[in-house]
Amino acid sequence: MGLLSLAIWTPIVFGVVLLALGRDEHAKVVRWIALIGAVCGLLVTWPLYTGFEIGTSAMQFVENVSWIERFNIHYHLGLDGISFWFVPLTAFITVIVVIAGWEVITERVNQYMGAFLILSGLMIGVFSALDGMLFYVFFEATLIPMYLIIGIWGGPNKIYAAFKFFLYTLLGSLLTLVALIYLYAASGGSFDIQTWHKLPLGSTAQTLLFFAFFAAFAVKVPMWPVHTWLPDVHVEAPTGGSAVLAAIMLKLGAYGFLRFSMPIAPDASREWAWLIIGLSLTAVIYVGLVAMVQKDMKKLVAYSSVAHMGFVTLGFFIFNDLGVAGGLVQMIAHGFVSGAMFLSIGVLYDRVHSREIASYGGVVNTMPKFAAFALLFSMANCGLPGTAGFVGEWMVILGAVQSNFWLGLLAASALIFGAAYTLWMFKRVYLGPVTNDHVRELTDINAREFLIMTLLAIAVLAMGLYPKPFTDVMNASVTDLLQHVAASKLN
Amino acid sequence: MIDKLSWITIYPEVILLAMASVIAILDLGVSSPRRTATYLLTVITLVVVAGMQALYADSGQTFYGFNGMVVSDPMGNWLKCFASVAVLVTLVYGRPYASERGMLRGGELFTLSLFALLGMFVMISGNNFLLIYLGLELLTLSSYALVALRRDHATSSEAAMKYFVLGALASGFLLYGLSMLYGATGSLDLGQVFKAVGSGQVDHQVLVFGLVFVVAGLAFKLGVVPFHMWVPDVYQGAPTAVTLMIGGAPKFAAFAIVIRLLVEGLLPLAIDWQQMLLVLSVCSLLIGNLVGVVQTNLKRMLAYSTISQMGFVLLGLIPGVVNGTTLPAANAYSSAMFYVVVYVLTTLATFGVILLLAREGFESEEISDLAGLNQRSPFYAAVMSVCLFSMAGIPPLAGFYAKLSVLQALVTTGENGYIALAVFAVLMSLIGAFYYLRVVKVMYFDQPLTATTVSAPADVRIVMSINAALILLLGLLPGGLMTLCARAIVLTLGS
Repeated sequence: MGLLSLAIWTPIVFGVVLLALGRDEHAKVVRWIALIGAVCGLLVTWPLYTGFEIGTSAMQFVENVSWIERFNIHYHLGLDGISFWFVPLTAFITVIVVIAGWEVITERVNQYMGAFLILSGLMIGVFSALDGMLFYVFFEATLIPMYLIIGIWGGPNKIYAAFKFFLYTLLGSLLTLVALIYLYAASGGSFDIQTWHKLPLGSTAQTLLFFAFFAAFAVKVPMWPVHTWLPDVHVEAPTGGSAVLAAIMLKLGAYGFLRFSMPIAPDASREWAWLIIGLSLTAVIYVGLVAMVQKDMKKLVAYSSVAHMGFVTLGFFIFNDLGVAGGLVQMIAHGFVSGAMFLSIGVLYDRVHSREIASYGGVVNTMPKFAAFALLFSMANCGLPGTAGFVGEWMVILGAVQSNFWLGLLAASALIFGAAYTLWMFKRVYLGPVTNDHVRELTDINAREFLIMTLLAIAVLAMGLYPKPFTDVMNASVTDLLQHVAASKLN
Repeated sequence: MIDKLSWITIYPEVILLAMASVIAILDLGVSSPRRTATYLLTVITLVVVAGMQALYADSGQTFYGFNGMVVSDPMGNWLKCFASVAVLVTLVYGRPYASERGMLRGGELFTLSLFALLGMFVMISGNNFLLIYLGLELLTLSSYALVALRRDHATSSEAAMKYFVLGALASGFLLYGLSMLYGATGSLDLGQVFKAVGSGQVDHQVLVFGLVFVVAGLAFKLGVVPFHMWVPDVYQGAPTAVTLMIGGAPKFAAFAIVIRLLVEGLLPLAIDWQQMLLVLSVCSLLIGNLVGVVQTNLKRMLAYSTISQMGFVLLGLIPGVVNGTTLPAANAYSSAMFYVVVYVLTTLATFGVILLLAREGFESEEISDLAGLNQRSPFYAAVMSVCLFSMAGIPPLAGFYAKLSVLQALVTTGENGYIALAVFAVLMSLIGAFYYLRVVKVMYFDQPLTATTVSAPADVRIVMSINAALILLLGLLPGGLMTLCARAIVLTLGS
């Protein structure tokens, strides 16, 4: 069994074991098994990091076994610089989520932990699949645990949110399924993604494929104007669900653009880049403004996620090294930062059971330690230099200026909105005098919460201060991808 | 002149007939309220018959018997094997339910099921219009009686009546169409008909006229729109154990006669019947999925789900002949066969859970009766949601690969019209996903109305675990069954 298979199946096996464990009498055992499973899942990604060869765009850790012979579908896994960092990121966030749900989740603990572990394995599968159908299977399978997580442990309006999440994303991906089968037919019976990359395709076929992929990935990212599911879902999802959704699931969509849309339909991608850039800028600016007027903390962070993901897609479709690499860095940074933001809100929500900004005020007086962490994460969300949030946005803006000055100007100005809504929220929630009894009775974070916050803070600072390990891994693959996209596939 | 080889082709049928008669007589002496002896004998018979069919199928050989009246080929043998297993599973799931409702005062449930299975066998192996019709009547007559088994129950009797009247009408259609074809070609033998139609010497108009009736009759039996009216009523009205008997195994037989009549008999008319199937399939996908959304009765909802699933099966039969070439035929028909197998496997487990939740005096057929099942019994809730997600076509469950194989049969033709059809089908399955998800929601997100835990006899538990495990296993490794279906179809069509 290869290293990648190990990274995928370790959490899934632990998750299935947890599901089989049954009732809540064993909640304590269940939590420990879940933690062991998540930590093992993270540890098995370590050899991937040490063994990853920098400076080549070739796929590494490749595993290729025939899976469904009749349709020539392979269990084909591999990582390159584009996909590499998402594997440890997913495993890391899973550990955090398991710890975050430790005391908060008291009902059906085994199903909660099991769902997250299985979800973690499936998402790693999406990032490492090199066979179109295998990718699709992992991509779609993630819907089932997430649907249950939102619906069982969510807020008051959880059922609406769960359905919206499931059906919205399913709609997009079903069209992609037809596109994948079309490519299977066009390539003479292969589901291999790398074969598809080299497949010459006519201009109409490319356009149709581009939009079929767009339907799935734009919904997942989510891009404006198909982002409307995200705020609803985030508000209702339990803290862990929100964290995983924002930190990793959104990245599945953006990753899809890099793995499918751009290399398979390069001509259509270039032709329609203006559309994506336009939508991305709208997301960055308009959704940024929308975020500013939110009264609900989770909704605010959800809109801020849409805006940040707008930077990612913007970076991808300006087709230069800085833009694409910047988009990738931004994806990883956003994974840490948005996860941290949602977990911070979770800390407050567990105590006060309100997500309204107006219910708080002066939290710093009663929870000084926590407020310090929250300040760091808020700063990272604004893109303060020295934090993870800065690097990616900076690279994307540089890339944008390189391609078109006005584009860069627009993107850069959007940073101001980001700072405005984040800091304003921080001021209203944490600063000022204590306004109500709820806040007066707050107790500062306990050791468990301190641990989560510290881990995330280390990640955010490390990436902000020393992003080289991240960018080094990507460079070769990004350059190769751009060369590939620059060449026409029309025949 | 009847030779030895002829008898070999029908050994399983002979055994089945003999055992059905023996069981009917022996049952007179059984007094146990749960009919354990009858049940065990039936199970043994079914296992033996299924095993024999599997052996036949595995040899991959085709035999004709009784002057070409019957055929034993890999496709038929596998379908008969699966049908026997499906009947077996149905009886295992249905026995506690039936015994609680006084349906086991006599052993009819078992004997009628065996005769129904015999009818399916004859349908599947019939190579002759009359024989196929004979099998069909044996199956449907047994089914009518099964539906009416709770004779003191008003809705069951109503369902039986509806089923009987509409079923008789459908049989009439089919028979009328077959007699037209006989009149035009002068033969009842499928092979002869094929040759006659292929020669181009026969009046096309008469053929198409007969074909319309044949397709209408088949559509009735499959339960596709606009011949679907009986499906929801019968599914809802029949005792749940019998619903499963009607909705499960007979789909294999229905699929088989579609292949026998339309492909083995009338392939030269493919251009005509493909268009008819296209209309039926599109309507079924549309009506089945849309109307399913508003159902509150679980059995009725599953009936509409069946209608849409059958629409998908027909979708797999459409791209068999493209631009006059039969090259895509094997791919298309084997994808449809795979779909049917997965469909029946899923249906068995779904109804199995419903049967299990029904108690004495409580039918458990409203969707809301499943509320909070996850808290009452996580295992059965998991089984049910595996089935529902599979029917919705969400990977990594078996139902996804069924949809995938049908869709690829459409898309690989490269015809724009067929690709558009594939897009239509996936959009419809999105609507379908909504009502499957709603049941999952009721089981997982709602609070239970009753705290009673679910208990099941050991045989039901074991069979259901295997059934659910198979759906999951087929989700992870669907290749084996796909290859089996492909091989069966290739060997059958090639001969």
